[in-house]
Amino acid sequence: MKPKLPELKLPKLKLSETVARLRKVKKTTILIHLLAWGVSLIWILPFLGVFMASIRPLPEILDGWWNFDVFNPTLRGFVGAWNHPTAPLNRALFNSLIVTVPSTFIPIFVAALGAYSFARFKFPTRDLLFFVLVLLQTIPQQMVIIPIFKIMISLGLWNNYIGLILVHTAFALPWQIFFLRNFFSTLPVEIEEAARIDGASYLKIFYKIVLPLTLPALASLTALQFVWVWNDFFFAIVLISSPEMKLATQAVAAMPGRLAIDWTVVSAASIMVMIVPIIIYVVLQRYYVRGLVAGAVKG
Amino acid sequence: MNLRQTKIPLFFLAPTILLLTLFVIFPVVNTIYISFLGEEDEFVGLDNYAEVFSRRNFWAPQNLVEGKPPPYGALIHNGIWIVLHLPLSLFFGLALAILLRDVKGGAVIKSAVFLGMVIPMIVGGILLRFVYDDRAGILNGFLRIVGLGDLTRTWTAYPQTILLALILGTVWIWTGFSMIVYSAGLEGIPKELFEAAKIDGASRWQTFRRITVPMLKPATIIVITMTLLWELKIFDIVWVIQQGGPGGASMVMALMMFLEAFLNRSFGTASAIATMLTVLTFGFAAYMVYRMVKE
Repeated sequence: MKPKLPELKLPKLKLSETVARLRKVKKTTILIHLLAWGVSLIWILPFLGVFMASIRPLPEILDGWWNFDVFNPTLRGFVGAWNHPTAPLNRALFNSLIVTVPSTFIPIFVAALGAYSFARFKFPTRDLLFFVLVLLQTIPQQMVIIPIFKIMISLGLWNNYIGLILVHTAFALPWQIFFLRNFFSTLPVEIEEAARIDGASYLKIFYKIVLPLTLPALASLTALQFVWVWNDFFFAIVLISSPEMKLATQAVAAMPGRLAIDWTVVSAASIMVMIVPIIIYVVLQRYYVRGLVAGAVKG
Repeated sequence: MNLRQTKIPLFFLAPTILLLTLFVIFPVVNTIYISFLGEEDEFVGLDNYAEVFSRRNFWAPQNLVEGKPPPYGALIHNGIWIVLHLPLSLFFGLALAILLRDVKGGAVIKSAVFLGMVIPMIVGGILLRFVYDDRAGILNGFLRIVGLGDLTRTWTAYPQTILLALILGTVWIWTGFSMIVYSAGLEGIPKELFEAAKIDGASRWQTFRRITVPMLKPATIIVITMTLLWELKIFDIVWVIQQGGPGGASMVMALMMFLEAFLNRSFGTASAIATMLTVLTFGFAAYMVYRMVKE
């Protein structure tokens, strides 16, 4: 049997009608769109520029990456940055990953425990401790770095990733506990109380009931903390000094010379270093923005 | 409440208290202490603070008074940063948030604008250096096209222009933050308010002035506070472009602290700068901290 094809009813628009419809779109709307896209060019062009520079030989860039009279795409920049003689990214990117992954998950774990006690238990000095926590969120890295430098040397953890991870962990705790405590406060207590009556331990309640409900908040923390640690430069330059241990931000900062800059290599390196946080942002965008807007003090 | 129950939060909080005491609270107290010590760890009172203020890299207002180009000193540079960057960043953030609300593809543009907040500040600095480059930079390319070719230069290479170039650069990098916070704030304003205003015959400007701005006050407080803190602590960008140069024209407090501590090995003066930086930070953050605690 022949299947009946549904009859297509195309609206028959005459040209004059189309024009009339377009006219209905207000002039101000068109203007606003033009303005918006125009302004956004200011933000997009530098990224486009660094991308074009990364795939073109230096002489072409020096004549302006926006000129396409000659266009010989090359991968020399990426290869050069990957195997750079003094700051090779093949090693630095890997190093950054080794530092960033534990520096992301350890503080979240510790902060979740701490935030849970602030949200669910009453204990002496709780309010004072919480006030200190809020205050600590604003401490600049410069205010702690000299004593940390000395402590790490005496502990044998200077120029050692464990030292850097510990510092990142400690520095993340105040804002993460603050963020998570506010989140826990919004969860209903009744389920936990029921579990308590059924004889579950506090630790078990925390793992089996509270943490699963907290996943969206944990996703926000993961996104923000990963990007923060990956992007950090200050703790890294003070605490890590061996060339082969340097992190990605240190490597890319060392690449442009004082005078002549090989923009092909530097642009390729910039792209390789920034693509990681950009991917995290794109994948976890909703959680990233939510975490940031929730007033998490960071930086 | 029995004893067993009061021990549980301490058990949960133990790792936090240990880590914070060792790597944040002790270091903060210790930095204040070091700022009062001389080279042989002897107590010198406020000498380090006086020493810092005697440095041209930290405090050189005479150039500013005489209308000469920078260096004016790190403290004044940070101040100029705040005075210029804060209003621009607020303005662009709010303008973009409002503009992009009803624009097709607005979400995509927002993501692009926000990228500056996601990339490492070190890379942000490199992007700026590229934009401002004499030959390869698009700013100079644009100036040549519009017939201002005489003005072209590497904007980050001269004391006359580097500070302004970097401040405008951080507007470019950080506007995404105020835009995102304001966008969230705008979404939180109930639509009924705007409709009611329309029915009452309020003009666009009146609606903006009497509804939008007051309703965005919490967002504004967050944006102002956070931006102030970043402006005070700015480091990476200045480092990667000229390391405070040329001739100290882009020196800022955080960078000077680093150079004093780890280049000159003068922990006393470095700690004095860090302490002043923190006092300023607390001053600016006080109102937000007050609101957070009150909640």
